[in-house]
Amino acid sequence: MKQFLIFVKKECLHIWRDRRTLVILIGMPIVQIILYGFALTNEVKNSRIAVFDQSKDDATRLITDRIAASRYFNLEKNLNSYKQIGESFREGIVRMVVVFPINFQDDLLHTNHAQIQLIADASDPNTANTLANYASAIVNDYQNALNNDQKLPYNIDVQLRMLYNPELKGAYNFVPGVMALVLMLICAMMTSISIVKEKEMGTMEVILVSPLKPFRIVLAKTVPYLLVSLLNIISILLLSVYALDVPIKGSIFLLMAESTLFTITSLSLGILISNFSRTQQSAMFTSMMSLFLPTLLFSGFLFPIENMPKALQIISNIVPAKWYYIIVKAVMIKGLGITAIWKETLILMGMTLLLLGISIRNFKIRLA
Amino acid sequence: MQTDKVISVSNLTKKFGDFTAVDNISFDCVKGEIFGFLGANGAGKTTAMRMLCGLSLPTSGEASVAGFDVYKESELIKKKIGYMSQKFSLYEDLTVWENIRFYAGIYGLSDSNIREKSRQLLTELHLEGQENALVRSLPLGWKQKLAFSVAIVHNPAIVFLDEPTGGVDPITRREFWGLIYEASARDITVFVTTHYMDEAEYCNRVSIMVDGKIEALDTPANLKQHYNADSMDEVFLHLARTATRSQD
Repeated sequence: MKQFLIFVKKECLHIWRDRRTLVILIGMPIVQIILYGFALTNEVKNSRIAVFDQSKDDATRLITDRIAASRYFNLEKNLNSYKQIGESFREGIVRMVVVFPINFQDDLLHTNHAQIQLIADASDPNTANTLANYASAIVNDYQNALNNDQKLPYNIDVQLRMLYNPELKGAYNFVPGVMALVLMLICAMMTSISIVKEKEMGTMEVILVSPLKPFRIVLAKTVPYLLVSLLNIISILLLSVYALDVPIKGSIFLLMAESTLFTITSLSLGILISNFSRTQQSAMFTSMMSLFLPTLLFSGFLFPIENMPKALQIISNIVPAKWYYIIVKAVMIKGLGITAIWKETLILMGMTLLLLGISIRNFKIRLA
Repeated sequence: MQTDKVISVSNLTKKFGDFTAVDNISFDCVKGEIFGFLGANGAGKTTAMRMLCGLSLPTSGEASVAGFDVYKESELIKKKIGYMSQKFSLYEDLTVWENIRFYAGIYGLSDSNIREKSRQLLTELHLEGQENALVRSLPLGWKQKLAFSVAIVHNPAIVFLDEPTGGVDPITRREFWGLIYEASARDITVFVTTHYMDEAEYCNRVSIMVDGKIEALDTPANLKQHYNADSMDEVFLHLARTATRSQD
């Protein structure tokens, strides 16, 4: 045990001496959370729009106010002619123009039917779509309010409820995704690099000739990274709660326990990679190619797995991050307990045991 | 002398598939002996050494190191041997003191013992005041001497040196051999592989491996006499020329 602790201490010293890497290790999750949470979101916020109001009555003013008040839109300017619409788009000032026809309120009140035209810059079709949806929703909202006040006979009541994420916040998706990504990367890449580094330096041979058991060596090399990872989980959670307003609805202990499990999965993947790599570069490259990309693609946090072809859906099942992502979403966002995620937990456990078994076995064989 | 055998090898063989890396070798080493293990690249030196260190299991044959069997008691062997590879195997990003503490620590030395040993070691190497310097900042010769001292910090019965003087200037090599003689005087058996034939002259006995077999084994003086050569260089060339294996 004492030998083990000496080894762990030595590993910590390595990490501590390499300040630049340490900063990256601790800073990467923070930067990623901020990037994904604020910058790389697929929400469309503060889009510049213009309004061409030919009616200028109470109804159009109310709708315009509502649109302008929404955080999705910034009312950039009011237009006075159709000609200006084309100009604004060409100049790139606005992404959408809302056009009210003449006599909007009269039409609405007397014929119960009025029209609004939304003109969106569809050179970016997704954004255009999203913007149009947001705007229609606001108009619908207004229409519903009006209907309620007037108690008119026909109430078209389109009710859309967004479960768990009523505001459709992107962060609810990104936080669990970033957790999976960061843990995978730090654990797997850093352990594989640190093991391969000893092989390169020739120190591995000396350690193996010593009375230390290979199993202990591997364990000692992973412990510091386990600690760094736990630190990362905590920083990610703090950021998501206090900076991104993503609540932790479920048990924080369950969340930490599951995260530790996933960390161990990633660590064993790192050991496995180190078995097949001769140089630090190749360890890094293998980690990137075989872990980073699949995690990004198949965890489901950027691209919905349900939309993928059947073959890819099947492949996604062997990506540990997918299961962790499901677990984190369930615990953190939906507030579910272990009863809801025992299956995923078992799958992750099975994968971990398998990987750990293979990698430690391999570690011995390669050096035996 | 017979009872002082610390390494005893008979008919040791290692095969990798069809390839016989070490072919039926036999030799003994006695306590405090400096045993030179020579051979061209690919002759099987490293494989043989790995088997003796317990890193690799022999295919057949017998071997015992420090009185323990390489098949069954490799864990016990590991406690009794030291090892230094051609890469010096110190951690460059750790200080001198941290390196000593680590290597002594994994052999289970007690804290007070480690402190005493390292003080002694630093004095011997004239490294006093350098204990908090990063190993990276030391000159090559010092790194190498430190690596050797660290390899024997736990007072092993045998120390295995795998081409320990690669890339070091002749003066430092001389100094390094001074350390080897000191270790030998303390009854530590030194098992050393080398490419430098002048170093072979420093050994008590030398074995020369060709194509996995030991072709010659005797004191340098006897070998030179037997092959009617002026230097170990000639002896080695004479034997190595018979090699059929490609050198890598």
